[in-house]
Amino acid sequence: MKNPLFILWLIVAAALTFGLARLVDNAYFYFAGYVVLQYIVLSTAWNILGGYTGYVNFGIPAFIAVGAYSTVVLHKTTSLPLVAMIAIGGALSALLGVGTGYLTLRLRGTFFSIATLAMAVVMQTLVTNWDFVGGSRGAYIIRPATVQYLGINYIEYLFLIMLGLSIFAVATARAIEKSRLGFGFATIRDDELAAEASGVPTLKLKLIACGLSGGFMGMAGSPLPYYVTYLDPASTFSLSYAVNTIAMPLIGGTSSWLGPILGAILLGTLQQVATVTISSAVSLLIVGVLLVFFVIVAPKGILGWFQK
Amino acid sequence: MAASLRISGLDAGYGAVSVLHGVSLDVREGETVALLGTNGNGKSTLMKCVMGMIRPSAGTIEVEIDGVKTNLVGMTTEEIVNLGIGFVPEGRRLFPRLTVNENLLMGAFRIAARSQIERNLAFCFEVFPRLAERRKQLAGSMSGGEQQMVALARALMSAPKMLLIDEPSVGLAPLLVARTIDSIKTLKDGFQLSVLMAEQNFTQAIRIADRGYVIVHGHIEFEGGSAEELNNNDIIRELYMGA
Repeated sequence: MKNPLFILWLIVAAALTFGLARLVDNAYFYFAGYVVLQYIVLSTAWNILGGYTGYVNFGIPAFIAVGAYSTVVLHKTTSLPLVAMIAIGGALSALLGVGTGYLTLRLRGTFFSIATLAMAVVMQTLVTNWDFVGGSRGAYIIRPATVQYLGINYIEYLFLIMLGLSIFAVATARAIEKSRLGFGFATIRDDELAAEASGVPTLKLKLIACGLSGGFMGMAGSPLPYYVTYLDPASTFSLSYAVNTIAMPLIGGTSSWLGPILGAILLGTLQQVATVTISSAVSLLIVGVLLVFFVIVAPKGILGWFQK
Repeated sequence: MAASLRISGLDAGYGAVSVLHGVSLDVREGETVALLGTNGNGKSTLMKCVMGMIRPSAGTIEVEIDGVKTNLVGMTTEEIVNLGIGFVPEGRRLFPRLTVNENLLMGAFRIAARSQIERNLAFCFEVFPRLAERRKQLAGSMSGGEQQMVALARALMSAPKMLLIDEPSVGLAPLLVARTIDSIKTLKDGFQLSVLMAEQNFTQAIRIADRGYVIVHGHIEFEGGSAEELNNNDIIRELYMGA
């Protein structure tokens, strides 16, 4: 399928999703749906680096935080529309991705992962001590009740924005997968030394992957202050973001764009349902149980079942 | 136009362990030169130095391609491949989860090679008809001999002027070793390459080599100007026959 046709399909799917949400007509549906969509963006972004090139990034919360806190700063200092804030948050986060990549990509395997984890801790310390964005007390954001020019509630607007970002992220991931760039990423995953020996510009490709992956995570994090209305470092840098974002592609399958979506929908929906019907602590337990189940039964994720 | 290589006074090692001591070696235009030695004598280290994967502590590595001389010390692997030097690493090192076709296309990442993809692919498939049959198969699922064909073809897809081959015979059945060595000769003639081949299998290597060097404990112990000179040599008898 050609890329424009694929994007058309994505838009149709997104329109159906939004139509369904309008049909249900319950604010909670938007709140829950936002989280699932946010995880589609996050896990797709993670998979560009983690799945395609094989570099496991544990620093996800740092990228989300760059997006979220850049929104806090912009909210306090400017009156930019949310879409512009997302673009800025994404750009800053992509820069963090390239910067981290440049400093750490000489490290391979586990060492790279540990470095990204350390990077998240450093970022949390910085944010906690930055008074302008609220420091450890956190920042309050008052969101408008409605979006005048669309005639919808603000939470519906956030849901739509996240739907749009999901389309953007998934379309990008799929386009990469079928391109020279995507095969270049795969050579790094399969055998980095051989990739170098074949003349694949490995450092450049890894920096591109880091930038794209970080950029999308930042974009997913940018609307977060408007969603939660109270943003504090402890919950922004919560380990559950990192755990969920990594678990979803692993459960869905890391080899293709579809895997992170399947994982995010399955795990994200289960967690939302469990949070309402049982308790929010159970939703983390679900991640653990599902991960163990998939590692034993389907180590290549849901996609692995369908491939020979 | 082919390429030539001149290594002189090369010292290299891994951290505190030094492996190569003042190695000097030449590959002239259009030659096949065998670098002979048993395990652990520094053949692979020498190859990796030329490819920029290990930085030598002393000495120079100079190539001349189409009349332009370049010192390779300090260059990255990518830049060295871009100059027109192809490398077949020891143990083949394919991309197992990509197909044969994708493996070959990844060999042509070098910009100068992209315009020649069709022609080079056709030539590789002519030399290795087996690969044409299996172009859609995952490289990791192929036999050792077939994988060696893919590794050679992948290196050639970068349209090199000089080819470095590290132990093409490793892990192959004797019959396949002979075939692989023959195909190196065919490829070399087809692409008008200069070849430096590291090999333990002495008898197979000298079948196609114009000249050869014997490396022992990181020194060049003997330089043979022809296959006969290598054949009638005491060091080789000692190393290979144990006499």
